[in-house]
Amino acid sequence: MQDYSLLAGRSISNLFSKPRYMADTLLQADLIGVGSLPIVILIGFFTGAVLALQTASTLQQFGSLSLTGKLVALSMVRELGPVLTGILVAGRNSSGMASELGSMKVTEQIDAMRAMGVDPTKKLVTPRVVATVIMLFFLSILSDFVGLAGGFVISYLLLGLDPNQYWTTAYQALKFGDVFMGLGKPVVFGFIISSVGCYYGMSASGGTQGVGRATTQAVVAASVTIVISDFFITKLLMGIFGN
Amino acid sequence: MASPALPADQSTSKAAPASTTLLTFEDVSIAFDQPVLDDISFRLARGETKVLLGEAGTGKTLILKLALGLIRPDSGRITVLGEEISSMREQDMYAARRQVGMVFQESALFDSLTVEDNVAYRLIEETGTITDEIHNRVIEALEFVELGHTAKLFPSELSGGMRRRVAIARAIITQPEVLLYDSPTGGLDPVTSNTIIELVVKQRDVYQTGSLLVTHRLQDAFTMASHYFDRKLNKMVPLEEGSSRNVHTTFLILRDHKIIFEGTAQELLQCHDPYIREYLS
Repeated sequence: MQDYSLLAGRSISNLFSKPRYMADTLLQADLIGVGSLPIVILIGFFTGAVLALQTASTLQQFGSLSLTGKLVALSMVRELGPVLTGILVAGRNSSGMASELGSMKVTEQIDAMRAMGVDPTKKLVTPRVVATVIMLFFLSILSDFVGLAGGFVISYLLLGLDPNQYWTTAYQALKFGDVFMGLGKPVVFGFIISSVGCYYGMSASGGTQGVGRATTQAVVAASVTIVISDFFITKLLMGIFGN
Repeated sequence: MASPALPADQSTSKAAPASTTLLTFEDVSIAFDQPVLDDISFRLARGETKVLLGEAGTGKTLILKLALGLIRPDSGRITVLGEEISSMREQDMYAARRQVGMVFQESALFDSLTVEDNVAYRLIEETGTITDEIHNRVIEALEFVELGHTAKLFPSELSGGMRRRVAIARAIITQPEVLLYDSPTGGLDPVTSNTIIELVVKQRDVYQTGSLLVTHRLQDAFTMASHYFDRKLNKMVPLEEGSSRNVHTTFLILRDHKIIFEGTAQELLQCHDPYIREYLS
């Protein structure tokens, strides 16, 4: 825990000192952000669609089918968009970071970097943390939007809802607190994904078996931490902004 | 093995006098659950090569990592070029490490970078990009190890011996004052090993770089002590019988966490210590 905290702290403090590796950050942003686009769009769309499908029958019993847009919007923006995107990116990128850095560690490439006067936390960790935080923020927004679109497709084509009604209730349901919650969570989740992935990679030992172990541990730790921290962030923000 | 011509402007480029102490270990001890090194003391002068010998697990590689500041000792003092690195913060150590080159046991080349980018790594870090000047220096360093044609290849496309030579080129490109070789011939065939040792001798005699060499091959160690690099012939040649030429190569033997022998090849051969006799046999 102490080593993780130190690494996480260094990844932030490195932002305030030179050198800053912009090219590495952009490369990571491309790998993490653009590389995750297809899966985030696909999962986001079908999550919104299944959400509309599942809730429609219940809402219909109370004659509130018109609130489908509201329910999909609140669920996607406050919870499912950030959390699902976070877990997807954790599975895809936390493991990638742990295996890449872990391989470098066990083949002494990290030591070689230090030996050549290059700080591995600056060169390898900070670019990944910055890129993940920024890209997860935008990926979550995209996931929210395609989730709403998925809900709309079901509402319009299967439930026969008026398009204008769906989008109006969805738009009007969202308050500042909901949007803040939906945009704040990806920042925290992005930091968790990248710092946990880098930590397990940088502390890998024991050859290829150790790299495999670090990769698995990174995904599990990042996913569990996202879900647990989601509860506390939600509780905190609900306390601040109300329900 | 004939070597390529030497860059004349670099062969005498060192500013420090020959007696300069580059590296000192004073009563250095370190333990990982159990003691590994206990009260280790020695000094390395400019142009001198110390060959570290000993059984596996006696802390030879650890001495190199301590000298580079990659690991901190539990007690004692380590200085590199007059600066004490044993008490230095990690962030401050990066500048000190630029004066030291290291050739890792398994080369430790960056497998996602080309040979050129690997060799130029330090220089690219300083300038941010690969300039014509850097490219020329890379080619010069690669030609020093006779691999000028491999610049655009990836490490995975090279043989084990070639990777070691690229690692040497990467270590020497900035002409560091101290070079640390961690089993540079380990696992290589005798011909390739001889090629690597010739490069180490060339670096010692032409650039007068101080170096620590870890090896398990006694043959390499004695080649270091019995050969010099002839700049006219441009190759490594044996010392003539009765030659007074000093090749500045001494031996350190580690056993039970301590240095049990420090001296020249002659002194080592005349040593009557039963363990050393058995080790040499």
